[in-house]
Amino acid sequence: MYRILKKIAAIGIVTEPAPETDEALRIAQQRLGDAVLQWFAGALTIRHVDAGSCNGCELEINALNNPYYNLEGLGIRFVASPRHADMLLVTGPVSRHMEIALKRTYDATPEPKLVVALGDCGCAGGIFGESYASLGRVSNVIPVDIAVPGCPPSPTAIMQGILTAIELRGKA
Amino acid sequence: MRIEDFPVELTPVPGAMPVWRGTVNGAHWRTLAQQVRSKGGRLVALWGVDRTDAGAGFEVHAAMTARAGLVWLTLPVPVEQPECPDIADIFPSANRMQRAMFDMLGVRAVGGDDYRPWLRHAAWPTHAFPLRKSFPAAATHPNGQDDYPFVQVGGDGVHEIAVGPVHAGTIEPGHFRFSVIGERVLRLEERLGYTHKGIEKRFESMKMLDGVQLAGRVSGDSTVAYAWAYCMAAEGAAFFTVPERALWLRALLLERERIANHLGDLGFLGNDAGLAFGLAQFSRLKEDVLRLNRAAFGHRYLMDVIVPGGVACDIDNEATRGLRTQIQTLRDEVALLKAIFDEHPGLQDRLIAAGRVTPELADRLGLCGLAGRASGLSWDLRVQFPPVPYDALDVRMATHRNGDVAARVTVRFEEVLESLDLCSAIVDRLPRGDIRGDLPAPLEGSVGLGWVEGWRGEVLVALEVGPDGSLRRVHAHDPSWHNWPLLEHAVIGNIVPDFPLINKSFNLSYSGADL
Repeated sequence: MYRILKKIAAIGIVTEPAPETDEALRIAQQRLGDAVLQWFAGALTIRHVDAGSCNGCELEINALNNPYYNLEGLGIRFVASPRHADMLLVTGPVSRHMEIALKRTYDATPEPKLVVALGDCGCAGGIFGESYASLGRVSNVIPVDIAVPGCPPSPTAIMQGILTAIELRGKA
Repeated sequence: MRIEDFPVELTPVPGAMPVWRGTVNGAHWRTLAQQVRSKGGRLVALWGVDRTDAGAGFEVHAAMTARAGLVWLTLPVPVEQPECPDIADIFPSANRMQRAMFDMLGVRAVGGDDYRPWLRHAAWPTHAFPLRKSFPAAATHPNGQDDYPFVQVGGDGVHEIAVGPVHAGTIEPGHFRFSVIGERVLRLEERLGYTHKGIEKRFESMKMLDGVQLAGRVSGDSTVAYAWAYCMAAEGAAFFTVPERALWLRALLLERERIANHLGDLGFLGNDAGLAFGLAQFSRLKEDVLRLNRAAFGHRYLMDVIVPGGVACDIDNEATRGLRTQIQTLRDEVALLKAIFDEHPGLQDRLIAAGRVTPELADRLGLCGLAGRASGLSWDLRVQFPPVPYDALDVRMATHRNGDVAARVTVRFEEVLESLDLCSAIVDRLPRGDIRGDLPAPLEGSVGLGWVEGWRGEVLVALEVGPDGSLRRVHAHDPSWHNWPLLEHAVIGNIVPDFPLINKSFNLSYSGADL
């Protein structure tokens, strides 16, 4: 226990903002915090759905929760059920084998709901495209508010995508 | 088994790995599999090929290990009677591969008792086979009815828990059907194929030089291993010798991919056993690795850095300094965290004896890679058949005999530390020279095979060149094919709440095996 506490104390808080090292991220974090406060009363819950990705985007979604980005510190949390979610974060070209599961997850998410499609595949089908097995972009299957490109998109880009989706809905 | 003992004529396949190729007839298919198995060999991959566009028929391909390398056997199959003998009783891992081969190509392995579909759910009908040349890639079929016959477990108090395809965490989709009494798991049956997105068919519409991008996205967490395996196959098919500096850089990338994934897994394994401290620390270290990847190689996960003919970028002095500093920092931090993990009684209580796979079972069912080494199977391609630069690096293999979650944690720790040593040696001894050469256009019908020890296990890519530099067939094979069935065994007798921990300790790819 002593070593754990010592390590925690030695590392301290690494969560950015660290303006001089990653300016883009700092702005994203601040704006995101305000918007979440305004539209979702201080908390936003996200249900992630992998609709057929290569698992690259999942790596970056997981990175959002590391101490540098510390998404949860902003009141944004990943939840286990779409019934608890404000937002769906969807990755991958939608495989035809995931079509029904994705639609059911969307239907199970209560209104008002936001959908962010992640990655080049989620935005446009990516390298897999549309075929006998793939339906391509997420918006071919469910309504999408924001599409964040990248292969995979960086954690900063994902945070900015989440923010943009929240602002859009706020203006509507 | 020795190469000269094979009762068929074998010819060496050009390329970086020791691979021999031969054609077998139906009568010898099972006998050969039995001989390989009895001499301690393993089935590495099994797939089907449609060569009707080249005036031939269908083929079944199997890659098996022999004492001196890999033996790549081909069984021609007539189009009129697309069948081959079932070998799943000899190599249990063949079960799903043979079922997938039928779903994709319509070649049935006959003689077994499991004819259920594997990769096909309801996206295409049972009489259509996507990997046949006559099947247009863009063809769409109305979604049919998908009622997979799970094995039912009967008896007093037995009930089922159905999980997925959408899971509770940020992971890939798949379905798990547990049969339990109280909290204890009697049986787990997996149903995968949800992320099937037509990768193998997609390859056939690409040029050989472009296919590497798709290969690097078969399983995103193993992009380096796949890209290297693909390039190894393409370079073999083109009789191309890669500049030495490029090979050393590829190994540096492969080891950094191993380090990043192992660090991430160690964090999640701590977290799944209630030690959030572990997740915070290890995910911080992983992020450090990713950021340096971005700075030194241009991509956090190193996608598209390995290209046919070499690598896309070199490291400069600043990157070299950054790599050296990070190696030293990571060594110290990981060593301290290992001591904390090892001496944490609450954590060890959860890890020890959970999800056990005995060495006997691992050997019988064909466990491979990291999980195999945690169950006493001493197999690491970097040691067994080291390609350049591993032949000069003297890799120390991490093995353990307990086969439980704790053993898979220990192997990860040891492999991270070993990979750090390897990175250090590579940076110090990196030969000078070119990092990339131009691949000559390969001839139609040339074949190549890549075989790389990724962080999860052996990644294999086999390819055949079509007309004008196109790809007639590419098979990309993930080690998860072999290890998913073992997860079903590992959870027997454990409690349901330990499943996430046990599952994470294998951390298998869905996308890689769903293709």
